[in-house]
Amino acid sequence: MTKFIVRRVFWTIPVILVVILLTFGLMRQIKGNPFRTSERAIPAEIQRNLDRKFGLDKPWYEQYARYVKNVATFDLGPSLVLRNRDVNDIVKEHFPRSLELGGLAFLFALVFGIPLGAVSALKANSWLDYAAMFFSNVGFAIPSFLVATLFIYFFVLQFDFGFPTSGWTGWESKVLPVVALGLAPMAAFARLVRGTMLETLQQDYIRTARAKGLRWRRVISLHVLRNSLIPVVTAAGPTLGFLITGSFVIEQIFAIPGVGRYYVTAVQARDYSVVMGLTVLLAVIVIVANLVVDILYGILDPRTRDVRT
Amino acid sequence: MALLEVNDLSTHFFTREGEVRAVDGVTFSVERGKTLGIVGESGCGKSVTALSIMGLIPRPPAKIVAGSVVFDGQDLTKLPEKRLEDLRGREIAMIFQDPMTSLNPTLTIGLQITETIRRHYDVSKQDARKKAIELLEEVRVPRAANRLDDYPHRFSGGMRQRVMIAIALSCDPKLLIADEPTTALDVTVQASVLDLLDDLRHEHDMAMIIITHDMGVVAEAADDIVVMYAGQIVEHAGVQELFDRPEHPYTEALLGALPQLEGEGIREGRLTAIPGRPPDLINPPPACRFAPRCPYANENDTCTTHMPELREIRPNHWVRSAHPVSEREGSRLGTEVPV
Repeated sequence: MTKFIVRRVFWTIPVILVVILLTFGLMRQIKGNPFRTSERAIPAEIQRNLDRKFGLDKPWYEQYARYVKNVATFDLGPSLVLRNRDVNDIVKEHFPRSLELGGLAFLFALVFGIPLGAVSALKANSWLDYAAMFFSNVGFAIPSFLVATLFIYFFVLQFDFGFPTSGWTGWESKVLPVVALGLAPMAAFARLVRGTMLETLQQDYIRTARAKGLRWRRVISLHVLRNSLIPVVTAAGPTLGFLITGSFVIEQIFAIPGVGRYYVTAVQARDYSVVMGLTVLLAVIVIVANLVVDILYGILDPRTRDVRT
Repeated sequence: MALLEVNDLSTHFFTREGEVRAVDGVTFSVERGKTLGIVGESGCGKSVTALSIMGLIPRPPAKIVAGSVVFDGQDLTKLPEKRLEDLRGREIAMIFQDPMTSLNPTLTIGLQITETIRRHYDVSKQDARKKAIELLEEVRVPRAANRLDDYPHRFSGGMRQRVMIAIALSCDPKLLIADEPTTALDVTVQASVLDLLDDLRHEHDMAMIIITHDMGVVAEAADDIVVMYAGQIVEHAGVQELFDRPEHPYTEALLGALPQLEGEGIREGRLTAIPGRPPDLINPPPACRFAPRCPYANENDTCTTHMPELREIRPNHWVRSAHPVSEREGSRLGTEVPV
């Protein structure tokens, strides 16, 4: 197991290098210039000086090598657009909020999605099942920005539950954005759990467990649920990555000062270092989430341990 | 009184297409310490009969619509689920056809054995483990103590079936139901698993129901044989009697489909197949279900319009057919016509 983890951690290095290279190439493909803030052309000398200062006059492979070296020392470089701001500062200040929002939405999705799916599967084709699946279909189909807007309309404007519509301070301010962001993955988890549980319930080993006289409660909790969670764990890794990195819209609607705003504005402003820095960070998060998934997978399903080691 | 008495058991599946009469008025009994073989082709209702005894039929769509299953004096069809759970694994154990899928792949086999023991007996984890090792040794799993913490995927099919047998024996049941216990195994492994089952049955003084489509399997292991066709019993006799003097055309055909590699009656040439298919069990016509495939039934026979009764053609030899061997013209039994 340790050997497996060490090898997986080692493999993240080339993945990150490729992510940097791709982002680097894509950003350079977009025409534009980080220093042009208006339509007015910058004098050629100033442009040259700026390019030299940030190393943009060097060939691309030198820029790439230098950037990789800086990342390795946890220096994401200065912002090209925002004066006197390092990318490290932006990450330190704003990233924890995005992490918290995405993490809470993820927990919300798991804590409500799994039981909802389990109840649906155990009461399959009952009104409870139909209601739960209707709810999760709706939750899955409606985009988060619409959910967020509806939440604000109903829970704040029509019936005031005391939730603020913006900011990220007390727990009251976190309820609506977390639920709005977590609703779709919750619905996805519920559907996934329902499907895999129904499939697991049909398995021969469940019949064996019942033939042994085990109590129904134990059959469900040990034999059915555990095996049904394996696909859920597989889906959970990318979902967590998506929630942390994809909360831009929700951050915008609820005016949460997360990292998403910087990400989008940096692309528009051609702020290469900010885009690169955030991309690397988010790539690392997705990679770590998938690593955790693989480790959990090995614990839940002993067969995979033998295949890999 | 017999250990198990199945009386007029009917289990039907209620599907969108209609009511499937998977088991239709089946009656038999199993004496203590004896082995009953249930033989028939796939879909004849033999497995559903076993699952009905265990109370493990999938509900819905299946339902026991009539009859009783009296085990040790109590009717299992009337027991509440909790009481049935106490009986399962403790009094009646079952092993299944496919050992590759019958064990939970994510739990060690040690846990899958001990959880059965600890469900039915109040023993410590250590004692249950000790008992599990003894059981694995008894079913001849090599290096039993070392294999307890292994997962099922590290066992071969034959070894997994041995583990299933160990689980089934863990609480010393009075009745063991073996549903096609060797069908999924290599031919070389089949014999050793069958021998093991037979030995253990004697040692533990269990009664056994062995379900199979293979006449060869029941010939060795069973005391009595029930032949099922399309949800009904078509013939029921002692093993010697059934093999020596089969009466039902279906049984006759089954024996004709059995390859014989040694012995006096060695058959030459091709194996005979039974033409046609078993009937649809949704609203079957009130006729002998084997009539469409029966070489002796013709259109004017009453057996194509009336269901023949299961009748005792000789003492303890029951048959459901209008054309049993001994009543045919030129019968082997009556006139000693050479085969």
